[in-house]
Amino acid sequence: MIRWEAVIGLEIHVQLATQSKIFSAASTAFGAEPNTQACAVDLGLPGVLPVLNLEAVRMAVMFGLAIDATIAQHSVFARKNYFYPDLPKGYQISQYELPIVEHGRLEITLDDGVQKVIGITRAHLEEDAGKSLHEEFDEFTGVDLNRAGTPLIEVVSEPDMRSAKEAILYMKKIHSIVRYLGISDGNMQEGSFRCDANVSIRPAGDAGYGTRTEIKNLNSFRFVERAIDFEIGRQTAVLEDGGEIAQETRLYDDVTGETRSMRSKEEANDYRYFPDPDLLPVVIPQDMVEAIRGQLPELPSEKATRFCTQYGLDAHDAETLATSRELAEYFEHTARHTDAKAKLVVNWITGELSAALNQDHIEITESPVSSTMLAGLLNRIEDGTISGKIAKDVFRSMWTGEGDADTIIESRGLRQITDDSEIERLVDQVLQDNPEQVEQFRSGKDKVFGFFVGRVMKLSQGKANPKQVNGLLRKKLK
Amino acid sequence: MSISLEEVLNISHLARLHVDEEQARQYAADLSKILAWVQQMNQVDTREVVPMAHPLDVVQRLREDKVTETDQREKFQTIAPRTDKGLYLVPKVIE
Repeated sequence: MIRWEAVIGLEIHVQLATQSKIFSAASTAFGAEPNTQACAVDLGLPGVLPVLNLEAVRMAVMFGLAIDATIAQHSVFARKNYFYPDLPKGYQISQYELPIVEHGRLEITLDDGVQKVIGITRAHLEEDAGKSLHEEFDEFTGVDLNRAGTPLIEVVSEPDMRSAKEAILYMKKIHSIVRYLGISDGNMQEGSFRCDANVSIRPAGDAGYGTRTEIKNLNSFRFVERAIDFEIGRQTAVLEDGGEIAQETRLYDDVTGETRSMRSKEEANDYRYFPDPDLLPVVIPQDMVEAIRGQLPELPSEKATRFCTQYGLDAHDAETLATSRELAEYFEHTARHTDAKAKLVVNWITGELSAALNQDHIEITESPVSSTMLAGLLNRIEDGTISGKIAKDVFRSMWTGEGDADTIIESRGLRQITDDSEIERLVDQVLQDNPEQVEQFRSGKDKVFGFFVGRVMKLSQGKANPKQVNGLLRKKLK
Repeated sequence: MSISLEEVLNISHLARLHVDEEQARQYAADLSKILAWVQQMNQVDTREVVPMAHPLDVVQRLREDKVTETDQREKFQTIAPRTDKGLYLVPKVIE
C-alpha cells in the first residue's frame, strides 16, 4: 500500500489599499454603484495610456521587504492576453519576466511547535479585472468595471506545503503581514484577499512531482482547507484505481464541499505574454528601498518574539496575539494597565473576550469592553476583591454597557467575602445542615469535601473567597 | 525553425482574428522566414547585453496616489450597445 504525500503551492491575490487604481486616477473604494468608478483608462477606450501609481509600487516593495525577498531594481510590466467581458482591453497588465519581488521566504509554526520555511517564488504587481454578473439577466451577462484596474500583488509560493493545514498556516501568515503593513484590508468577503491552490500528490519520499490541478478563486480560509483536503482525497482515489490525474483547473463548490472540473479550453494558459509597450521599465532606486525599510512596522514574528521575552508568554500565546496588529495592541495596552500576570491577561483575551466578539460578530476594535476596562477588571481579581468566577459576570455586565468593573462590583455588591468570621459562619451553617455528609467525610469519604465547598459558595452567592473556604472547612472537618 | 499552418490558425483564433486558409499559408511562410532570421541572430554572443524591455531608454514616471477622475458613466454608456442598472450587458458567458 502506497503512502501518499500532498504537494501544495498557493497563488494569493492581495488587493492593495491605494486610493486610486494602479494605472488610472479612478477610485478603488468598494461598494460604489456599478461602473461609476471606471474611467476611460479602466474601460480601455482608444487612445488612453496607463500611468503607474507610486503608492502601489511602494506597497509591493514593503511586502517584499517583509518576506526577506529581493526587490528588483529594474522591473517590467507585461501584457497577459485573453478575452473575457470583464477585461475590456483584451489583456491584463501584469508582470512576467521581471517581477518587482522575487525569492522571498516565510516561516510558519506547525502544531508541534516546529518552524517550517515556505519559499515565495515571486510577488508581482498587476491590475484586477472587473466583475461579471451571470445571474441577474436571462440572455445577458452584466459587467461592472469598478474593480477593473484595482492594484493587486500576486504572491506565488514554492510547492513547499504538504497538507491543507500547512497551506492555511501560510495563508494566514501572509494575511497577517499585509494587514500589519497596512497595504491591504485583507477583507475576504469583498475579495481583497483570494487564493488559487495548486495541488498534486506523490508517493511519500519521492522527489519528483505528480500532475497538479489548480483550484481557482478560494475566498475563505475554510474553503481553502476543505478544497485542498477534498482534492487530495480525489487524486488519491483516482491514482489508487490505476487512473491518471488530468492537469486542469477546478472550481470549489462550497455547497457540496467538492471540486469540479471547469470546462477545459484548449487555449487556456496560452496568454502570449509580451512587454507592455505603453509602460516603461520601472526603476526602484536603492535609497527608496532603504527609506521604505526604515518605515516598516514591527512584524508579527518580531512581535511574537518580543512578547515571549518581555511578558514571559509561551510561543503559542505570543503567536496568537501577534496574528493581528489590533489584537496585539489590545493585549499590550491591557497588560500595561494591570498588575495581573500576563498569562491571566492572555487567558481573558483569548477566552471571554474572543468568545464575546465571535458571538456578536464584531472586531476587537469595536469591543464594548475596552482594554482599559479589562485591565480594571483584572486588577480586581488580582487584589482579591472578586473571584475569577464573579469576574465573568462582571465582564458580561461591562459588555452590555453597565459601566466599568468598579462601578458594577459596588452597585451589585459583588465584593468578595474575605472576612474570616463571616466565612466561618457560612461554613458552620453548611456543616450543621448536612450532618449525614459530615459523617461520610469523617468515615473516610474524601470526595464529599467538594460538596461542602459548593454549598458554602452557593450560600455566599459565589462571593466567599474560595481559598479561605477550603482552609476553614479542612480545619472544621478534622 | 518554422511555423506550421496549425500554429498560425491557433494564434489567429486566440487573437480573435479571422484568417482564411490561403492567408494562413502565406503567414506561415512569412513568419517562418522571420523566425529563421531570429534564429540567425541567436548565434550572436549577447551574454554581456542587458535585454531591452523598451526602445526608449527612459524610466517610468510614477503618479501620486490621488483620485482625480469623476463619474462619467452616463457619457461612457451612450456608446455601449446595451446597458441595464448601470451594468454593461454582453451576450451571456458561462464558464
